[in-house]
Amino acid sequence: MSRVSVPCHVKGTVALQVGDVRTSHGRPGVLVIDVSFPSIAPFQLQEIMFKNYYTAFLSIRVRQHTSMHTPAKWVTCLRNYCLMPDPHSEEGAQEYVSLFKHQMLCDMAKVLELRLILRQPSPLWLSFTVEELQIYQQGPKSPSMTFPKWLSHPVPCEQPVPLLEGLPDPSRVSSEVQQMWALTEMIRASHTSARIGRFDVDGCYDLNLLSYT
Amino acid sequence: MLQEESDLSLIIAQIVQKLKGSSLYGQLERQAWASLQRPEIKLESLKEDIKEFFKISGWEKKLQNAVYSELSVFPLPSHPAAPPEHLKEPLVYMRKAQGSWEKRILKSLNSMCTELSIPLARKRPVGEQKELLNKWNEMGTDEPDLSLFRPVYAPKDFLEVLINLRNPNYENGDSLSFRTHLGLIQVPLKVKDIPELLRCDEQSSANVPMITLPPSTKSFSELFENEHVRIGQKVLAEQDSAAAQQYIRQGSPTALRAELWALILNISSQPEDILYYEQLKTNVIQHDLLVDSLIYKDVKLTASNDDYYFVFEDYLYQVLLCFSRDTSVLDHFAYNSASPPKSYIRGKLGLEEYAVFYPPNGVIPFHGFSMYVAPLCFLYHEPSKLYQIFREMYVRFFFRLHSISSHPSGIVSLCLLFETLLQTYLPQLFYHLREIGAQPLRISFKWMVRAFSGYLATDQLLLLWDRILGYNSLEILAVLAAAVFAFRAVNLMEVTSLAAAEAVLADLSTLKVMPLLQIFLFATVT
Repeated sequence: MSRVSVPCHVKGTVALQVGDVRTSHGRPGVLVIDVSFPSIAPFQLQEIMFKNYYTAFLSIRVRQHTSMHTPAKWVTCLRNYCLMPDPHSEEGAQEYVSLFKHQMLCDMAKVLELRLILRQPSPLWLSFTVEELQIYQQGPKSPSMTFPKWLSHPVPCEQPVPLLEGLPDPSRVSSEVQQMWALTEMIRASHTSARIGRFDVDGCYDLNLLSYT
Repeated sequence: MLQEESDLSLIIAQIVQKLKGSSLYGQLERQAWASLQRPEIKLESLKEDIKEFFKISGWEKKLQNAVYSELSVFPLPSHPAAPPEHLKEPLVYMRKAQGSWEKRILKSLNSMCTELSIPLARKRPVGEQKELLNKWNEMGTDEPDLSLFRPVYAPKDFLEVLINLRNPNYENGDSLSFRTHLGLIQVPLKVKDIPELLRCDEQSSANVPMITLPPSTKSFSELFENEHVRIGQKVLAEQDSAAAQQYIRQGSPTALRAELWALILNISSQPEDILYYEQLKTNVIQHDLLVDSLIYKDVKLTASNDDYYFVFEDYLYQVLLCFSRDTSVLDHFAYNSASPPKSYIRGKLGLEEYAVFYPPNGVIPFHGFSMYVAPLCFLYHEPSKLYQIFREMYVRFFFRLHSISSHPSGIVSLCLLFETLLQTYLPQLFYHLREIGAQPLRISFKWMVRAFSGYLATDQLLLLWDRILGYNSLEILAVLAAAVFAFRAVNLMEVTSLAAAEAVLADLSTLKVMPLLQIFLFATVT
């Protein structure tokens, strides 16, 4: 299914914490990221993709466009999705994640705004967030083509032209040529990734020192 | 559902792409063409008939084995947006640490090169090539002057790097918390505890007795042993890799071991493989590499001094020198956190067409590297087969023992697993050793990095490596290390210094692996 990236504006993360941020000693365990789409009309969400950075659980709330004049409400579309099976250890901490429309709890037909709620209950990590956030909407379906009349409505079979002496049957030749063309296309398309095994360049393996890059 | 289907088709596409480059593909094609002569193959149902023919003639099994081999070695395809370095190692700080470690190794090699004024690579003159060809089978008799060479690094240098590994996003403060690491490794990787390790062990359940039963029940054990051998012969007759891997979890009879390992690793000595090995031999004869001297030195220092392995000295040269020239090893860097060192042809610095890898296989040997090959010499006597088995063992398992990665079988996880097992199940011993300044990992690290080669008696070592192949994981090395400490706990509680602790654990050659593991896994947990 084709998808098209939607330009989004990611507002700064807001930490939720009990008490005064300055004076309390603990680190916040909940962060909220607001994602808005300033220049796009309400769209159908296909996929959310991001790179995790030590977030353990993710919830997503969405605000959709409603046709009537009622104010749009926030609805939870993903609840406590687990990104790190053990919040205290590194498993899943820096993985790339994709969330699809079919994993959401509600229909994502006319998205106006998204709110990502990140949770990291473990006190061991200094910070956590999600990076490289990208939102995709459904791409356009392949455009319907109009066929020329002679393709969609072929004329009834004509009488085949009488064969000339000594020449092969044209329909057989054309089908064989077609098969050969198909074979060459297949060979061209299937290239192997096998190595040749040479480590030198034209027989020469006289090296400089090793490079540090 | 959609996601799983697209994942599956991605995996299938990846495996097909890989197998198309293998010799099996050509063989299957030739077999298919040849089968057209057979009377049972009809044109109308061509596809089905050929598939049936493959099933009956055993070619389908070969294909199954090849697919199973690919699945065991290559990690599953990751997220499409993940860059290639993410597949090598997902954690950024570990990639960085591996990068700086590699830089240190390259600097060391470069400085050795300039100090000794020896080129990294040199084409041999024809006379020297002839001489080497003549004494190919007895390179051990050569006594080159290796006094100026030193190994690029030893396991203890690598241990220091691992001890200093830190996650910048982790609370590494001085105050003790519930997660303070009391051992040497300070990164919070996920490691299994004994119940989880046993769950992996479920297939070879405790109901089926192991081979090594105590001598008093001799006749009973003979009955089981004969049954075990009979099943092993059946598995070999079926030529099924997956079945062999399941079977070997209970250990392998000595007579069947060589064939079983070859079946699990999907190695069959085809003429192409022997030809490939001969080609590598030609490469060794034509070019002399600095790395060769390092290999010589390593063999002379380690395997030649070992009571069990000194007889195989010549085999070791034949395998390791060819290994350095083998560019097919470069493929494993796709899933190894390490990267092969790069260089340029003299005078063409910076031009990509003249960029080459050094050594050609990208692996710089360290002190003790030859011990990965030595035990295999007991099983395989034909150099090209020995070579293939070693290469496959290296790209599946051994590379993880000397590169920094977060993989559950990587050396960092093994060290953490060892320390965690010791702390959890032998807390008094761990505390005592820590108090006297003898952190247990300092003693057990060298065992794990060499996969216990050179420390255990050979028959016991091969039983251990049977399990590595059977479970496709190196975690058993950490469990055995903890089991050894548990076994010698009484003596260790009495020592008062690191040197004394080392002395207690200096000689492991009398230990029996399976009883030790059984005691630790089943009896220590109370």
